[in-house]
Amino acid sequence: MMNIITGFLRRVRIFFRRERFVRELDEEMAFHREQTEKEWMAEGMTPKGAHYAAMRQFGNATKLKEESHDVVAFQVETVGQDVRFAMRQGAKNPGLALTAVLILAMGMGVSVAIFGFVDAALLQPLPYANPNRLVSVNESNISEQWPLSYPDYLDWKRMNRSLSSLEVYSQAGYLLRTHGVVEPVHAARVSSGFFRTLGVRPMLGRDFYPDEDRPGGPNVLLLSYGAWLHHFGARQDITGQTVDLDNAAYTVIGVLPRSFSFGPGSNAEFWVPINSFSPHEKMRNFYNFSGIGRLHDGVAVETARAELAGIAKQLLEQYAIARPPNLSAASVVSLSEVIVGDVRPILLALMGGAGLLLLIACVNVASLVLVRSESRRREIAVRTSLGASWGRLLRQFATEGLLLAGVGSAAGVVVASWLMKLLARIVPKDMEANMPFLGGAGLNAHTMAFTMIIAFLAAVLLAAAPVLRLTFQRVRDGLSDGDRGSASQLWQRLGAKMVMVELAVAVVLLAGAGLLGQSFYLLLHVRLGFDPGHLGTVRVMAPDTAYKDDEQIVGLQREIVRRVSSLPGVESAGLTSMLPAQCTCATDDIQVEGRPFQGQHNEVVERHVSPEYLSALKAKLLRGRLFSDADAAGRPGVAVISETLARKFFPGENPLGRRITNEEGGKPSAWEIVGVAEDVREGPLDAETWPAEYFPIQQTGDHDFSLAVRTRQEADALLPELVRTLHQIDPNLGISDEMTMKEQIESTQTALLHEFSAWLVGGFAAMALILGVFGAYGVIAYSVSQRTREIGIRMALGAERSSIYRLVMREAERLTGAGLAMGLVCSLGASLLTRSLLFGVEAWDPTTLVCVAVLLGLASLAASFLAARRAASVNPMDALRSE
Amino acid sequence: MPKKPELLPGTLDMLILKTLARIPLHGYGIALSIKRLSSDVLTVEEGSLYPALQRLLVHGWVKAEWKMTETNRRARFYTLTAAGRKQLGAELSQFEQMITAIGRVLSDANEEV
Repeated sequence: MMNIITGFLRRVRIFFRRERFVRELDEEMAFHREQTEKEWMAEGMTPKGAHYAAMRQFGNATKLKEESHDVVAFQVETVGQDVRFAMRQGAKNPGLALTAVLILAMGMGVSVAIFGFVDAALLQPLPYANPNRLVSVNESNISEQWPLSYPDYLDWKRMNRSLSSLEVYSQAGYLLRTHGVVEPVHAARVSSGFFRTLGVRPMLGRDFYPDEDRPGGPNVLLLSYGAWLHHFGARQDITGQTVDLDNAAYTVIGVLPRSFSFGPGSNAEFWVPINSFSPHEKMRNFYNFSGIGRLHDGVAVETARAELAGIAKQLLEQYAIARPPNLSAASVVSLSEVIVGDVRPILLALMGGAGLLLLIACVNVASLVLVRSESRRREIAVRTSLGASWGRLLRQFATEGLLLAGVGSAAGVVVASWLMKLLARIVPKDMEANMPFLGGAGLNAHTMAFTMIIAFLAAVLLAAAPVLRLTFQRVRDGLSDGDRGSASQLWQRLGAKMVMVELAVAVVLLAGAGLLGQSFYLLLHVRLGFDPGHLGTVRVMAPDTAYKDDEQIVGLQREIVRRVSSLPGVESAGLTSMLPAQCTCATDDIQVEGRPFQGQHNEVVERHVSPEYLSALKAKLLRGRLFSDADAAGRPGVAVISETLARKFFPGENPLGRRITNEEGGKPSAWEIVGVAEDVREGPLDAETWPAEYFPIQQTGDHDFSLAVRTRQEADALLPELVRTLHQIDPNLGISDEMTMKEQIESTQTALLHEFSAWLVGGFAAMALILGVFGAYGVIAYSVSQRTREIGIRMALGAERSSIYRLVMREAERLTGAGLAMGLVCSLGASLLTRSLLFGVEAWDPTTLVCVAVLLGLASLAASFLAARRAASVNPMDALRSE
Repeated sequence: MPKKPELLPGTLDMLILKTLARIPLHGYGIALSIKRLSSDVLTVEEGSLYPALQRLLVHGWVKAEWKMTETNRRARFYTLTAAGRKQLGAELSQFEQMITAIGRVLSDANEEV
């Protein structure tokens, strides 16, 4: 062993000092020639004659040098031979080589592409300075919509010792006016150290000054790169310019770098300091500000959480704020958890699926290679008896495996880069807005390294399969081709195991696809409580400078409803503060009047709607009445509650006439319940239905609301007319998000994520089905071809064709049955792991599992039947003569 | 031109090692020495000598260094290493066994004829 190693090292040394080696050899041989010349001359030859004689004796100097070099060089030459031979083998059987390369390319391509996304989302650090020290800070971790209140933020920031900085952000919307055109824009209000905490510096201009977030601070703003490009033509002199937001002048102080994005802030285009507050925002129990913090060096997330929880408890006591015991006082989690937490299960499931597909592809190709090596037994035997060494043969097969894996991987990289582009285009746009780095998935060092690793594993598998196969084979048996030695049986067993694995993997992927597809279907057909067809929607923002008091805004709202309802093709129209099926946000903490309050956390969804809204949605009224124009501002507050709210807070009671109280607009208010409506799904499709309360929009005075229009025909035809009408009413209105209700629902993140994963896993499953069935056919066909003589004899002796079918099919049934059984067990485990992606369907959903088993079983048996038919159509005489 | 007897296959390495066991020599010297000692019966072709020397070097059985000859020419001298000495011993005993075996077969055959 030592000899081999030192020999190898010497070769390596020579390899790196080739030139010197050749030079020395030259000199040595020249010396030899001279000496020989002298010898001849001593025997009496003329110098010239001696020279030629010496040259003759020495022969071809170059060839000699090459021979000497070959002794010490690596066996490059024979490797070259192997490669050439392997390529000839491929060319001799182009169908097989092509199939193998295609299958490998597909399996590798899919895996690498999915890995590209996993890498971009989960492995690469967030694009901030020291991102692993960044944390998301909130009051509670139970309800995700429970950020900090502003007074709490100030106290937490002042009192804590774990964080080097604590900042808050809050999403906002403004109406941007440029050259007389008004458009609504996404904005975020942040405390002044926000960008310093992230470690992001503006590419133009400056960051906020530390005192710019004090109440009464200046109207300054930072632009996102996108806003700078689209709204201001990337002007270099933008800093110092003023911008009209909501009829107020803001000074642009800088532009954020192109690479900056912050998903939790909905990728705002305009960033302003938090320096003016609505009455709510000054309240200690109005939770509207999400926190980000940077941990001090050496402080763990848990330490910070414990410290902030202590501070929070102290504040709760100090201000006598009740909080249910099941809610934490403070939540501190790593920021990356908040940003990529949503997609992690999906990406991991997809990675698992892609891995399985790669496995099935490799097994398939390995079995192809094995079949090939089986039919080359004769070749191997001949080569062995002609003196090919064992090592030489192994090397030959390994080279073929490596070549196959190499070509397959190269093709796989091409497939992967194409797939990544395709996937990047169909990534749900919400998901992309939150994780713009997904767009950065591509061929980089990480994906290439991953490719190398799986290419290496594939190469090992493909090289090892025939080598193992060879090792088991008794070479001499091969010389007689008719021999049915132990080798074939061994292969048959190995091949059968491979088919079982393939079928099992196919079951897992098919079951996964079935469950995800079903989840997606159920999600889109979940009970909404309203009719989403023929419903057009548009979001309206009214500038509060133009509509200063409630009377003006109510006037605008009445006018909008009146004008839109009289459009041709419109049945009815209504307004709401937030459209259904979007999010559980905008919640309210209520109490029931006349009932003792013990600090319960009564969080309900709160919507402000116009009198026509619920009937326009075709939501069903169960008791009482809906709102009317008589429920005007200044009149006693009224409310319509949802069925769930009635059941939860008034079990067995008549809620009509009872009053619920809250703090509306920062002051205690009471609302008399006048009606109970069937549940409208206000929150996301996959969330449980929350209790909901509806207040008349004319009693709340919202400036930001949505219009829902019931149309007679398809709603999308009416949308342009809707926008035109709104602009006619007031060109200063901000109009956005005009789309049909169905589009709204389908474009929610929940629906898109489900759709995305269902289609991808469905694609994997389809490929797995094809490969699995293909594998089953291959094995049965091979086993039939090996038994041609046996079948011929049976038939010659009078066996019926049907008994031949039975003979073959029995084997196929056994294989398929075992594969399916294994697969069903595995798929149970797999779907339990991905349970969080399922909606409305259990991981062990029997219908799905049975359907998958039947589908795959039938497909596999059909493939085997084709093979059996070939066996049964054998002419007995031909079969007997064939050997 | 009468054909000279060829070396028995596999014996070249042994002959080179044996030659070097006596004294370090350069390539030409090795060829010359073998030729002389075998009274011109064995001729080492240059075509086999140099590849063989490289092989011995790679195995570590000999080592090479450049030195001056008595005629003041630079030449690469090969020296037997400890590993080479061991290898020589192994090859010699193997060869002797082989010769004895062949000798037995041949003498048996002669008797039968």
